[in-house]
Amino acid sequence: MLREDDAPDHGHPHPHPHPRPHERRQPSGAGETVTIEQKVLAKNDLLAERNRTWMTDRGVVAVNMMSSPGAGKTTLLERAVTDLGGRRPVAVVEGDQETRLDADRIRRTGCAVVQVNTGAGCHLDAEMMRDALTALSPAEGSLLMVENVGNLVCPALFDLGERSKVVIISVTEGTDKPLKYPYMFAAADLILINKSDLLPYVDFDVEQCARHARSVNPDVRVLTVSATTGEGLSHWYDWLAEQR
Amino acid sequence: MHELAITQSVVDSVCERAGGRPVRSVRVRVGVLTAVVPDSMRFCFGLVTEGTAAEGAQLEIDQPPGAGRCRTCAVAFTLTDLILLCPCGSADVEITSGQELQIVSMEVG
Ligand SMILES: Nc1nc2c(ncn2[C@@H]2O[C@H](COP(=O)(O)OP(=O)(O)OP(=O)(O)O)[C@@H](O)[C@H]2O)c(=O)[nH]1
Ligand SMILES: [Mg+2]
Ligand SMILES: [Zn+2]
Repeated sequence: MLREDDAPDHGHPHPHPHPRPHERRQPSGAGETVTIEQKVLAKNDLLAERNRTWMTDRGVVAVNMMSSPGAGKTTLLERAVTDLGGRRPVAVVEGDQETRLDADRIRRTGCAVVQVNTGAGCHLDAEMMRDALTALSPAEGSLLMVENVGNLVCPALFDLGERSKVVIISVTEGTDKPLKYPYMFAAADLILINKSDLLPYVDFDVEQCARHARSVNPDVRVLTVSATTGEGLSHWYDWLAEQR
Repeated sequence: MHELAITQSVVDSVCERAGGRPVRSVRVRVGVLTAVVPDSMRFCFGLVTEGTAAEGAQLEIDQPPGAGRCRTCAVAFTLTDLILLCPCGSADVEITSGQELQIVSMEVG
């Protein structure tokens, strides 16, 4: 690292030209104002649009699956890739902060899968999606299921280039989840209420939850399913078949 | 924390645009109906700018309020959250303000 002996308080690597020690910057107003007026996520959106074009050209349809941790994303995927594999090529992108566990679960089904570790990042972004597409190179006409990082806030902001967004809530999470995480539920094309097999044991009102979801997203589809028993999954598969 | 990724995007963009000139201040527009918390963004800005052309720069955050317009009765009203319900009972509401997430300008030199 370059250091300047005559400015010991200024010893960081700096791409800015001298002479202009920070503490002697002129007061605001003396500089030049540059108008930018662009979306903060313009870069991500551009990459996402490229992903979208790339997939459209190949008839690949990506579905972005989002939920809080443990709602059942991986379990739903394990079922779906097994049940749908005969009908249409299926591949999976697994977003995980640290581990490879979910990708290993998918791999055991025999389905093509690529793991994206986001590290400290709490969501997938369009660049990770591009890298995943490159690594997977999904077959023409594939259904590409993306398991986003378990989180009901951040993933909603980052377009991956997907065809549609599925938000999963499990019946153990509380009926008012859509009101607590309105951004996520507002972004959804489909909401899966999972773990319906547990409804007899928990205080969860499916109709009320659907009403809450529609209060932030009036046209959203809501399906009740159980990844464990398979209840309702055929409706989800029908919906997936419509995603072209 | 998505504010870190969001702020990183802001800093990358302004530093690129600054072309080596020091950035003194950055103005962003963060609508109240986005999931972005201004205080978190300020905190992240201090971290992310370290060692860049925007080190020590001020972050100014404009926060447009939430507003909606009913497609059924055409009335305009304030939105404090994403619950889209017009006083007339219609849920067919268009959000007209509050979802902005933009870099407005910067001061360089
Ligand atoms: N009873 C019941 N349990 C379920 C159902 N779906 C998933 N589970 C269980 O819920 C737990 C979490 O499921 P996962 O599929 O790992 O959840 P996930 O959303 O992928 O979790 P993360 O990747 O950690 O965010 C596991 O113990 C599953 O067996 C269901 O429909 N019914
Ligand atoms: Mg999982
Ligand atoms: Zn109205």
